[in-house]
Amino acid sequence: MARLRLEGVRHSYRAQPAQDADWALKDVDLEFEDGGAYALLGPSGCGKTTLLNLVSGLLHPTQGRVRFGDADVTELPTDRRNIAQVFQFPVVYDTMTVFDNLAFPLRNRGMAPDAVRSRVQEVAALLDLEGMLGQRAAGLTADGKQKISLGRGLARPDVNVLMLDEPLTVIDPHLKWRLRSKLKELHQRVALTMIYVTHDQTEAMTFADRVVVMHEGAVVQVGTPVDLFERPRHTFVGHFIGSPGMNVMPCQVDGGVARLGGRAVPTANRPDASLAGRRTDLGVRPEFVRFADDGIPVRVARVSDAGRHQIVEAHHGDQVIRLLLREGESVPAGAAHVAFDPAYTHLYADGWICEARA
Amino acid sequence: MSARPVNQRAWWLVLPVVLLVAFNAVIPLMTVVNYSVQETFGNNQFFFEGVKWYSEVMHSSRFHDALKRQLMFTGIILALEIPLGVAIALAMPRRGAWASACLVLMSMPLLIPWNVVGAMWNILALPDIGLLGWTLNHIGIDYNYTRQPLSAWATLIAMDVWHWTSLVALLAYAGLSAIPDAYYQAAKIDGASPWAVFRHVQLPKMRHVLTIAVLLRFMDSFMIYTEPMVLTGGGPGNSTTVLSIDLVKIALGQFDLGPAAAMSLIYFLIILLLSWVFYRVMTPAEEGA
Repeated sequence: MARLRLEGVRHSYRAQPAQDADWALKDVDLEFEDGGAYALLGPSGCGKTTLLNLVSGLLHPTQGRVRFGDADVTELPTDRRNIAQVFQFPVVYDTMTVFDNLAFPLRNRGMAPDAVRSRVQEVAALLDLEGMLGQRAAGLTADGKQKISLGRGLARPDVNVLMLDEPLTVIDPHLKWRLRSKLKELHQRVALTMIYVTHDQTEAMTFADRVVVMHEGAVVQVGTPVDLFERPRHTFVGHFIGSPGMNVMPCQVDGGVARLGGRAVPTANRPDASLAGRRTDLGVRPEFVRFADDGIPVRVARVSDAGRHQIVEAHHGDQVIRLLLREGESVPAGAAHVAFDPAYTHLYADGWICEARA
Repeated sequence: MSARPVNQRAWWLVLPVVLLVAFNAVIPLMTVVNYSVQETFGNNQFFFEGVKWYSEVMHSSRFHDALKRQLMFTGIILALEIPLGVAIALAMPRRGAWASACLVLMSMPLLIPWNVVGAMWNILALPDIGLLGWTLNHIGIDYNYTRQPLSAWATLIAMDVWHWTSLVALLAYAGLSAIPDAYYQAAKIDGASPWAVFRHVQLPKMRHVLTIAVLLRFMDSFMIYTEPMVLTGGGPGNSTTVLSIDLVKIALGQFDLGPAAAMSLIYFLIILLLSWVFYRVMTPAEEGA
């Protein structure tokens, strides 16, 4: 097993990429630590699957290198990269039994029959498939089939990295959480690098130690779920993660201080370079906005009940500011004031967070 | 309980289909059944004979020989066309302009009528002036389909393979196109050899279309008439007299309506039985997913 690195990787599905939009993946530098649980998170079409296919070797990057440890594997075919992949739709070999499915990648690599048998037993035990080894794989339910695809990856002793491409898409909702916790448990037991691709933030946050957020072919942030929540590097991350997403409010910056409607707003960071001619925004999550006696004047427009929380929509001029309050907290009617928690209020320039601390 | 009178007029709506099926299938078939149990000496006089014609056909060596030839022809056709069609489908490009070009090219033979195919090959294979026949004789192969049974058979088989392999290839191609990319990717990751991919991914996924291909080719080739008729008329001798040619000789050549009708029905039942056998063998019982 080894660390996986992508160096300056760019990829285009066109033969002659001319403009920015031709690139499915724009200049990605990424490092996956050995044994880590990663999630690739982003909306459909952001380049997640492209990135995955570059790692697995199903695609060859237009530019850049892919390394496993010290070895450059950019030119190696898929079957020599020692990766395993679980696809969106469960792939099983219909004509084979569950046992033969799990044994297939081992037999293809010439493993001795005894070793195959013990290895398959081991994996079946890990996935709770022991009772079904003799059954034909075609007869299984979707989650059973998905476990088999997973098992074919786990069975191989030589796997560098296990990649999961939206593996829960076709699983029934009531079985999703079971398979999801199984995945987490598996990661802890087998200590394999796992990369989980999804557009579902809950899946990403519950599975991964580190989440890679992608947007329009670029990596916008790599961080722990807490990082992404507390300090989104880009307004896109703030928007995409969280429910509801971060409030992003155009603001003026004057002498290093952000002003919203003329009123100074304390922030956790401050501009690190000239902001002349750049769009500046304030970002604060609804969780860190409170009603206050003094602060930004707003008009409460709507309160919606979200179970244990209530989402308040307030208007400051044309600007919508959302607040997330606990159930039962009192909400003033009509005119009110709100305040932001300075530790979690960030200043963004052209969408990117200003790096200097306040 | 007062049952309201049910309006029965809706039955009229079924009438068209009843008429269609009656004139299309039931009445012709029953006419044949009627002939098969009677003897006639002309003048529209018929005498009931029971199962006499059936027993006669079943015990006639002429029928046995024709049936053997028929089975051999169909067996050879299936053994050649199915693997060849699958191989062609595997070799065809999946997408792009070449894929369309291949599809058009492959469809061409299917558009040519049977008797035209027969006439084309008849001329092509003429030993003295036909391109194929002349060439074969000039490279030292003694070839003459009007005199040698082997030449006649080889020509008939080549003709059918040329005409119908496309059908198998197109069906197999459709089956292959329906396989999601993830299967190939997974197989690649699992380190499967090309043979293993064929054996465990492509062949199982093609099974349904191949069942259809085998059934179609079986039924069609088992009823082949036009090509041997145009090429050799069933000769040389009786060597290419397959069931349908024999049947036409009996029914129209000798005008033996009773035996011909009995033979038709036996012929029909054989096709039905063998189709059923093929279907059962190729469609495993526990198929549910």
